[in-house]
Amino acid sequence: MLYVLCLILFMIGLYGVVSQKNLIKIIIGLTVMEFAVNVFLVMIGYRRGGMAPILERGMESGAGWDKFLAQAVDPLPQAMVLTAIVINLAVLALSVAIAMRLYQKYGTYDITVIRGLRG
Amino acid sequence: MNIDPQTLLPLMIVIPMGMGFILPLMGKRLTRVDDVLASLTTAVLLCLSLMLLVHQVQAGKTEVYWMGGWRITNSGTVFGINLVLDGLSVLMLILVGVVSFAATLFSSRYMDQYTGRSKYYGLFLLMVTGMNGAVLTGDMFNLFVFVEIAAISSYALVAFGCDRDDLEASFKYLVLGSVASCFVLIGIGLLYSEFGALNMAQLGERMTGAKSSMSILALMLLLSGLGIKAALVPFHAWLPDAHPSAPAPISAMLSGVLIKAIGVYVIVRVVFNVYGFTDQLGMALMVLGTISMVVGVILALNQWDYKRLLAYHSISQIGYVVLAIGLGTPLGILAGLFHMANHAIFKSLLFLTAGAVEFRTGTRQLEEMGGLAQKMPNTGRSSMVASMSISGVPPFNGFFSKLLIIIACVQAGHWGFAIWAVVVSILTLASFMKVQKYAFYGQVKEKWAKVREVPAVMQVSMVLLAVLCLAMSLLIVPGLRQAILDPATKALQQGVSGYQEAVLGLLGSGH
Repeated sequence: MLYVLCLILFMIGLYGVVSQKNLIKIIIGLTVMEFAVNVFLVMIGYRRGGMAPILERGMESGAGWDKFLAQAVDPLPQAMVLTAIVINLAVLALSVAIAMRLYQKYGTYDITVIRGLRG
Repeated sequence: MNIDPQTLLPLMIVIPMGMGFILPLMGKRLTRVDDVLASLTTAVLLCLSLMLLVHQVQAGKTEVYWMGGWRITNSGTVFGINLVLDGLSVLMLILVGVVSFAATLFSSRYMDQYTGRSKYYGLFLLMVTGMNGAVLTGDMFNLFVFVEIAAISSYALVAFGCDRDDLEASFKYLVLGSVASCFVLIGIGLLYSEFGALNMAQLGERMTGAKSSMSILALMLLLSGLGIKAALVPFHAWLPDAHPSAPAPISAMLSGVLIKAIGVYVIVRVVFNVYGFTDQLGMALMVLGTISMVVGVILALNQWDYKRLLAYHSISQIGYVVLAIGLGTPLGILAGLFHMANHAIFKSLLFLTAGAVEFRTGTRQLEEMGGLAQKMPNTGRSSMVASMSISGVPPFNGFFSKLLIIIACVQAGHWGFAIWAVVVSILTLASFMKVQKYAFYGQVKEKWAKVREVPAVMQVSMVLLAVLCLAMSLLIVPGLRQAILDPATKALQQGVSGYQEAVLGLLGSGH
C-alpha cells in the first residue's frame, strides 16, 4: 500500500517535469521525483516492527544477536539513499544555477519563451 | 614486463579524480600549466590502458580488484565493491583514453575563447573518472554512481559557454538525464528488493532461470533510463541540442565516448552479463537500433548547422551498434563492438574538425562556409578522412565495421534489417558529401580570405585521430582481432554464467 503512495508521489513529480512551463517548477517536479525514489529505496529495507540496524554492546552473540537478526532493518538501501541524496543535491544546485543564468539572458523563466534551439 | 593490474586498476579511477580536484585549485596562479597537466594526465591514462591491454593479451583472464579488501562472506554473499577488467572493459578504457587525449590536446588552444579554463579541466577529468569507473566496476549501484559523476560533469560542461543556447541545451539535457537516473535507480532498487544483491555477478547468479515479473519491470525501467543516456530513439531528444552547444572538444567526448561508456556499454553489460541474452530481448534491441538508425539519418538530412548534423548522425550510428549487438550472434557482437570503437574515433574527429572550423571562422552554418579546404588543408583532409569513414568508404574503418554488421544481419537471417542498414549507409554518404561540398570545397567566400589553419596542437590531435581511422581497419586482421576484439566479444558472449564464474571464482587473486 505504501508503495502505491510512493508511486503516486513519483507520478506527481513526473507530471510536474512534463507539464509545467516555469523552469523553477520543473526543477521542483524533478526534486519531488527524486524524493519519491529515495523513499521507495528506504521502504525496500524496512521490516515490520523493525529496529535500527545498530549493533549495541551485549548484542554480539546469543539471544541479543538473534533478536538483532530478526528485527534489524536492512541498512544497505539506507546507504544507497545517502549517496542518491548527495547526487540529487549536486544536480539541484547545477539546475538552479543554470536557471538563474537563463533568467539573466532571457528575462523570464517561461520555457515557451526560451526556445532558441529548434529542428 | 611485470604489469600488475591490482595496482593499475584503481589508478585508472584515482588519477583523473585526483587531478580533477587539483587542477581547479592551482589553475588560478599559473597559466598554461593546467593545459600541460591535463594533457599529461590523459596521456598517462592512455598508456595505463594500453598496459592493461598487454596484460589482458598475456594473461587472457578476467582480473578482479576488490576495493578496500572487502570481499565475500563464508556463505558466499558478496559485500565488497569490485573492479572487473575483462576484454570489453579494456576496449572501453582504451577508447576513453584515446578520445580524451585528443580532446585535451585540442582544448589547450581551443579553450582560449573561454574563461575559467582550470575549472573546465577539472570537470573534464571528473567526466573521465566517471567513464573509467563505469566501465570498470562490477557493482550495480557503483555503476549508477559513476554514471552520475560523468553525467553531472557533462551537464556542466555543455553549459560551459554560458550563451543562451548553451544554457537552454544544458537544462534540457539535465532534466532528461535526471529523469533517466531516477528510472535507473528505481530499477536497481527493484532488483535489490527481489534478489538481495547489488554485485553484478551475484545478481546474475541469483537471477538465473525464469524471470519474475519484478525483474522484467526492473529491466524495462533500466532500459528506459539507460536508453535516454545512450540517446536511442525515442529517448534522443536531448542530444541534438546538447552536443552542438558544448565546446568542440566536449562535443567530441560526449558523442565519442560518453554515450557509449554510460549508455551502450551499461545496456550491453546488464543485458548480457546480468540478465542473460534472450531472443526477445535481442529483437527489442534490434528494433530500437534500427529506428534510431533511420530516424537519426533522416533528421540529419535537413540540417544546415554542422554540429547539429553531426549530432543526428551520432544517433544513427549508435543505432547501428545497438542493432548489431542485438543480433546476439558472435559475428554480430564483434561487428557492434568494432563499430562502437570506430565511431568513437571518427565521430570525435568530425566534432574536432567542426570545432577547428568554428575556431577560425566563427560560424557553424554550412551555407556560410565555402572552400575552406584551401585555407585549412590539414583540417580539410582530416574531415574528409572522417567523412569517408562514417559513410563506409573503403579502406577506412567505417567500411569494415558496417560491412560486418550487414553480413551479420544477413547471416542471422534478418534481411529486412540488413536492407535498412544499407539504405541508412547510403543516406549517410549523401549527407556527408553535402558537408564536404559546402564546408570545404567550392569557392572561397571573400570573408574567409584571411582564414588561416588552426594552431599546431589542434592539428596534431586531428591528424592523430585521422591516422587511427585508417589504422583501425587493421583490427580485423586475425592477429590484432584476437588481441582486442575477440576478448571483448567473449566477455559478452560468456553470458551470465561465464561472468559470474570469472568474477566470483577468483577469490584467490589479488589482496
